[in-house]
Amino acid sequence: MVLAEPAREKKNGAEMAGVPGTAAAAGAAASRMNVRLETLRERRGDMVRLDEIAAMVEEIIESLEGDLGMGDVALHRELAALVGYINHARGEIAAISPAEISAHHIPVATDELDAVVQATETATATILDAAELASALADELDGPQADRLRAIVTSIYEASNFQDITGQRITKVVRTLRYIEAKVVTLVRAFGQDIEASPEALRLSAEVAADDRALLNGPQLPNKANSQDEIDALLASFD
Amino acid sequence: MAVDKNMAILIVDDYKTMLRIVSNLLKQIGFSNVEEAIDGSTALSKLRERAYGLVISDWNMEPMTGLQLLKEVRADERLKTTPFIMVTAESKTENVVAAKAAGVNNYIVKPFNAETLKKKIVSVLGDF
Repeated sequence: MVLAEPAREKKNGAEMAGVPGTAAAAGAAASRMNVRLETLRERRGDMVRLDEIAAMVEEIIESLEGDLGMGDVALHRELAALVGYINHARGEIAAISPAEISAHHIPVATDELDAVVQATETATATILDAAELASALADELDGPQADRLRAIVTSIYEASNFQDITGQRITKVVRTLRYIEAKVVTLVRAFGQDIEASPEALRLSAEVAADDRALLNGPQLPNKANSQDEIDALLASFD
Repeated sequence: MAVDKNMAILIVDDYKTMLRIVSNLLKQIGFSNVEEAIDGSTALSKLRERAYGLVISDWNMEPMTGLQLLKEVRADERLKTTPFIMVTAESKTENVVAAKAAGVNNYIVKPFNAETLKKKIVSVLGDF
């Protein structure tokens, strides 16, 4: 197009009558195209497979002897599509604020799971302590009552197996979360800094409900929780 | 004023285990007229059916939370003087502040023991 401009500018005034010349060029191109189509029809027949069409179109366009080579046009189109695709994906990834996932959500989730393992461990220890005391008591008894008590203690021991199993399962989940966290960090680095705090994420965090949903966080982690004494002191401060 | 050990107490929690624990602990300290509700809205309809001398409620429940229940109770002319103790794992300062602002009488953080429960009931109802 740009290359065609100077040629047209040379023509001015009466020379604009050169329009018939343009028509002649177009007529020549059309007849070349017809020849080309006739050749293709002879070679391939009227029925053509879908995947051959691209090659045929390419052949036809090549025969038009344009200013841009077929390779350039195709490459440009492919690149434009790729750029569009990347921008779209980038927008979608930014909308889910991946930096927040790796910096906030996953660490919170793994900490919670660690606390679950810790709590079940402590509770199980207490249960087993009590079971052992009951077992010692059974030793001081005689007859059928001692046997019944031992049977009860045995079932407590058996049930306490859950801690080992759940502990292992949760550890596995924590490993998976850490793996995802690492992948998300890589993704954020690949897409650049501006993806980290997307307007969408900021909008969502500002949209926290007016009711008490913001106050529903569940149990705090042991080192972050207010103790009963601290809560008592806080309540007393209102009086 | 002496505490009437026969008064009805409503305990509210979405965990059956927790209802069982609180109910047993209350029996141990002499309160056996205990009723249970599994969320704020069931608790509220129970409260509107008959008189309760004390509500002991969890916070984090669906569909009506303990805080919403507390606000409903305080806004209801007939219920508003009912003593209300929050028993919850929510231990953040802003939670205690919000519960206090809504008119809670005391606040017990989970996990708790029998002694803490008794102490808080005494502080709300008087010695027994």
